[in-house]
Amino acid sequence: MTDASLNTPAHSGKQLSQADAHTKKRNAAEKRFRAYGLSAILIGLFFLVVLFTSIIRSGLPAFTRTVVDVEFTLTQEQFDAAEKELFKTKAYSNLFIAELQGKLGEKGVEVEFDEKAIERLLGKVGSTIREHYKENPDTLGAPVRFELAASSRVDGYFKGRVTRDTLQDSRFLQLSDLDLVDALEEAGVIKQAFNWTFITGTDSGVDNPGGAGIGASVVGSFFMMLVVLALSLPIGVAASIYLEEFAPQNKFTDLIEVNISNLAAVPSIVFGILGLAVFIQFMHLPQSAPLVGGLVLTLMTLPTIIISTRASLKSVPPSIREAALGVGASKMQTVFHHVLPLAMPGILTGTIIGLAQALGETAPLLLIGMVGFVARGYPEGFAQGFTEANSAMPAQIYTWAARADVSFYEKAWGGIIILLAFLLTMNIIAIILRRRFERRW
Amino acid sequence: MYDAPRSTENTVSTEDIKFECTDCQVYYGDNHAIKDVSVKIEDKTVTAFIGPSGCGKSTFLRCLNRMNDTIDVARIEGSFLLDGQDIYDRKVDPVQLRAKVGMVFQKPNPFPKSIYDNIAYGPRIHGLARSKADLDEIVEKSLRRGAIWDEVKDRLHAPGTGLSGGQQQRLCIARAIATEPEVLLMDEPCSALDPIATAQVEELIDELRAQYSVVIVTHSMQQAARVSQKTAFFHLGNLVEYDETSKIFTNPEDPRTESYITGRIG
Repeated sequence: MTDASLNTPAHSGKQLSQADAHTKKRNAAEKRFRAYGLSAILIGLFFLVVLFTSIIRSGLPAFTRTVVDVEFTLTQEQFDAAEKELFKTKAYSNLFIAELQGKLGEKGVEVEFDEKAIERLLGKVGSTIREHYKENPDTLGAPVRFELAASSRVDGYFKGRVTRDTLQDSRFLQLSDLDLVDALEEAGVIKQAFNWTFITGTDSGVDNPGGAGIGASVVGSFFMMLVVLALSLPIGVAASIYLEEFAPQNKFTDLIEVNISNLAAVPSIVFGILGLAVFIQFMHLPQSAPLVGGLVLTLMTLPTIIISTRASLKSVPPSIREAALGVGASKMQTVFHHVLPLAMPGILTGTIIGLAQALGETAPLLLIGMVGFVARGYPEGFAQGFTEANSAMPAQIYTWAARADVSFYEKAWGGIIILLAFLLTMNIIAIILRRRFERRW
Repeated sequence: MYDAPRSTENTVSTEDIKFECTDCQVYYGDNHAIKDVSVKIEDKTVTAFIGPSGCGKSTFLRCLNRMNDTIDVARIEGSFLLDGQDIYDRKVDPVQLRAKVGMVFQKPNPFPKSIYDNIAYGPRIHGLARSKADLDEIVEKSLRRGAIWDEVKDRLHAPGTGLSGGQQQRLCIARAIATEPEVLLMDEPCSALDPIATAQVEELIDELRAQYSVVIVTHSMQQAARVSQKTAFFHLGNLVEYDETSKIFTNPEDPRTESYITGRIG
């Protein structure tokens, strides 16, 4: 090593078992790089766990609600007597209170309360009971189970949002009412139940967080996704096939290519205002309709689908094209019989990414009027689903998050859970489809 | 025009000219890839194109079934007559031409489909089979002529890409002859094969000579000497010499040909 002449190989005389300085340096660099990579993944996983725990912790309460569950029997005589009173609903609530007191007495729980307290807890109980018996007179005399939703503040007391320390007496809830709630809980009358209204219901007013549901918005999102899929997949794939396989290479197609890439980077709100101007103000399509929302999101999704479709068409080996042309297939037969089937998994991946983006998009929907409070009912039929005013999940969540009442906060988180579940379902369907096409030979 | 055949084995009838190409020029953009090539390719003959890499022999081969059409920058001049008809005529549909002039590529490129579908694809798109039984017959006949029937007859519905390299190449040859072409172009068909598979393919080429005009591009001079009756030597885009294979390899006229076959250039 000391006598290094041109004729001596550079590595002669070195021990294989002893790493020299250069090798050590290289090995250290590799180790460092691995550590960077591992820590990057760990940090990512940490944030993912934080995200999911916070979503689940804050969102799960939206799926339960506090109800007063009482079995109540009203005889024909009581019904007739109540109907003769001047304040009919008051008569019914008095009957209900008497029943409740009886229940509490049976269980040996002593508590003082009046009609006002019941109204603060459960709202207008009398009218609910009266309506039930007016509609179903045949249930008179037999026991009927009433599941009455408690007010959002009582619900908050159960979920820890309202405590005795922070509660200030108001016309909504008083400290003494909490004693009644505790007593009812002890008697097993008040309890937590699964909140089907949240999943199947529609948006409620700002003062009724308990009745708010995301069902209508889910339907709105579903119809929008139908429009996006039906338009963007065929248009996007056809455009990419033309550009990739048929179009001549010249300045004009270069310009189109650059602009497609640019379109993919345009902020979504720009598409929203474009949709407002073109689809609603110029073409007079209905406002707040999933059809218009779908059209706007299609414009937004197309560049994503075109870019990924072109990439997967490009990745099909040219030898397959040559083979097909060599046996006398036309250009179109080559593309549709051989290239497209091989590119299908990639196309589906691009489509699902585009659809997922479209599903979570809020800003353009707000501009075309698909705000949360529009989702007040279900469409009457399939066709109306496209044209009747509705909202979409992200817009609904945004509306809830912006409302003053803190009980809407958990609804927003719960909505996020539903949105993610919807997205997951979509992805699973796409993965199953891709597996089908991915039967590689 | 040509010398009389020297051996009975290499007997060629000079009357049947399949391809007559005169003053052909090919440009890739500014690059003049083929210069003034004129050649007459005979029927029922194996013609070999030899020459160093980049000399234009593959380019010229691809002109014969218009595979260069797919390259935007390629420009082709001169006349290419197949049975007296100009294949670059406006009225000629390249798809019909390619059904008549089949091609086998350097790398085996079976479709990612079953062995059966690989063979049946050409006849299907050209409407050569009227029924399923017809198609079955074409597939069997092609695979037999491709000398691969015995190896695959029990797994016709297995993927074509699962075969070995040599089998894949014979499958591709079988695929090319399934459409009943008149000319078979082969672009270095054995370059990816081992000697045993090469021998099988060469044997196959020799058998195909009975019905087809075969044009083969090859880097192996031994292969050219073994399978062909006529040989064309390309150098830097020029056709240097075109003659009986035996003459090219024993008594070349041009010094460049001699240097190439003796290994001094290329």
